[in-house]
Amino acid sequence: MWDALQFEFMRNALLAGVLVSISCGIIGSLIVVNRIVFISGGIAHAAFGGIGLALFCGFSPLLGAALFSLAVSMIMGAVSLKHKERSDTVIGVLWAIGMATGIILIDMTPGYHVDVMSYLFGSILAVPRSDIWIMIPLDMAILLTVLIFYKEFTAMSYDDGFAFVVGLPVKTLYFVLLGMTAVATVMIMQVVGLILVIALLTIPPYIAEKYTKSLGKMMVVSSFLGIIFTLVGLWLSYSCNLTSGATIILVAGVTFFLFQAINFIKNRSYRL
Amino acid sequence: MKVPAIEMKGICFSYQSTPVLEDVTFTLKQGAFLGIIGPNGGGKTTLLKLLLGMVKPEKGTVRVLGEAPHAAKHRVGYLPQNTDFNVNFPISAMDVVLMGRLSRSRIGRRYSREDRLKAEDTLKMTGMWDHRHTPIGQLSGGQRQRVFVARALATDPEILFLDEPTASVDQEFETNLFDFLKELNKRVTIVIITHDVGVISRYVNSVACINRHLIHHEEGQITAEMVDMAYQCPVDLIAHGIPHRVLPIHGEEG
Repeated sequence: MWDALQFEFMRNALLAGVLVSISCGIIGSLIVVNRIVFISGGIAHAAFGGIGLALFCGFSPLLGAALFSLAVSMIMGAVSLKHKERSDTVIGVLWAIGMATGIILIDMTPGYHVDVMSYLFGSILAVPRSDIWIMIPLDMAILLTVLIFYKEFTAMSYDDGFAFVVGLPVKTLYFVLLGMTAVATVMIMQVVGLILVIALLTIPPYIAEKYTKSLGKMMVVSSFLGIIFTLVGLWLSYSCNLTSGATIILVAGVTFFLFQAINFIKNRSYRL
Repeated sequence: MKVPAIEMKGICFSYQSTPVLEDVTFTLKQGAFLGIIGPNGGGKTTLLKLLLGMVKPEKGTVRVLGEAPHAAKHRVGYLPQNTDFNVNFPISAMDVVLMGRLSRSRIGRRYSREDRLKAEDTLKMTGMWDHRHTPIGQLSGGQRQRVFVARALATDPEILFLDEPTASVDQEFETNLFDFLKELNKRVTIVIITHDVGVISRYVNSVACINRHLIHHEEGQITAEMVDMAYQCPVDLIAHGIPHRVLPIHGEEG
């Protein structure tokens, strides 16, 4: 592992992993407690439409993904508030249309096709230094927003009805959360790819929730878990020559089931 | 003369096409202790949601303390009917109560010392101070309801709306709570939804019965008309605790 650190791309990969894990822990915790995992998946997949659009028009795919996922997140937010009962269906439709649009646009793009797989499954080893410099302020922005409005986000997540009654702008907070999800999603996409975004957003918070007594602690623990998953996954993928994104997710997945098993045994021994 | 605590004029409301409230008009004075009774699905909770601005009426106007419900938000306290949601949420009893101190004008600021003292007061009053660090999901249903009552009181309201505050608590807490509310009623208007007719007869000084339409009785008497409307079947009105009549003897009314 240590000899790998002499490579610039490996150092960048580690940094990207840490930065992404921090925003994952914060946003993922909010996504899990607000039960909007499906929306976050929809945002991530629909972002592919933005990548297609960017390649077709010839601007930065990352910018395309960011703009597209921001727009989609706002639409999904509006739908989920307006048509509560069938919002999951509409989100599923947008999810699929976003991806299909992306693929068609890439088909229509003349000339050499960039490696589409790297967006689907991530390319943490190919994250350039310039992307790190974009990730740092984005991470800071997410961290600061949640830090400043921590008690409002907690109230909105735990009991939106009461939060509304005491006068909090519940809808605005909800849309801010979705916007941050879109931003975080584009960052996570770099590391594990858009198909695996949901896993990195949900597995660490789900494990952390059982061992923490406040949303803030849940965020901190999830961030650390995310860092461990990405570092271990990265190391495994390097030494076994496996796809990094998938390896990171499998490390998280195995840990997830390990904790499930521990909880299961614990609960049984209580009853005995 | 003070502004009325509540003023409703010609309120109509329906979910999809099912009418829930029709032409509801009533006025409640400040300082009243109003009990709202009625059958399930009669529109009790909807009435409360209209007063809290959580839903908007199709027709008619709502005024709370002379203002539109959304403008009066920082002046009301609220206890929801259901307290069994989000039980896995990592939040302590104390943090739930502190939610009562949130307001639009103080967004983004830390909780102050005063906020914490207020939360301490109401937690002690509801007997939940020793459980302040317990996660909300590890409390029993009754304990959780006490925490939610504490949160409603922590808002320091001018009007307090309680949706079935004693649905899952024991008799002792119920009596304590109502004695406390009676004391609080000296400065705060209280509106309470309850199924317990006995509670109504002992504590409230104004009764409304709602089943799509609303009958309001300022003297706090439950009339046979209300009971008919509310339950649509003959009900034996037995007063628990203090021996007294709930229904006036025929000929005595008026």
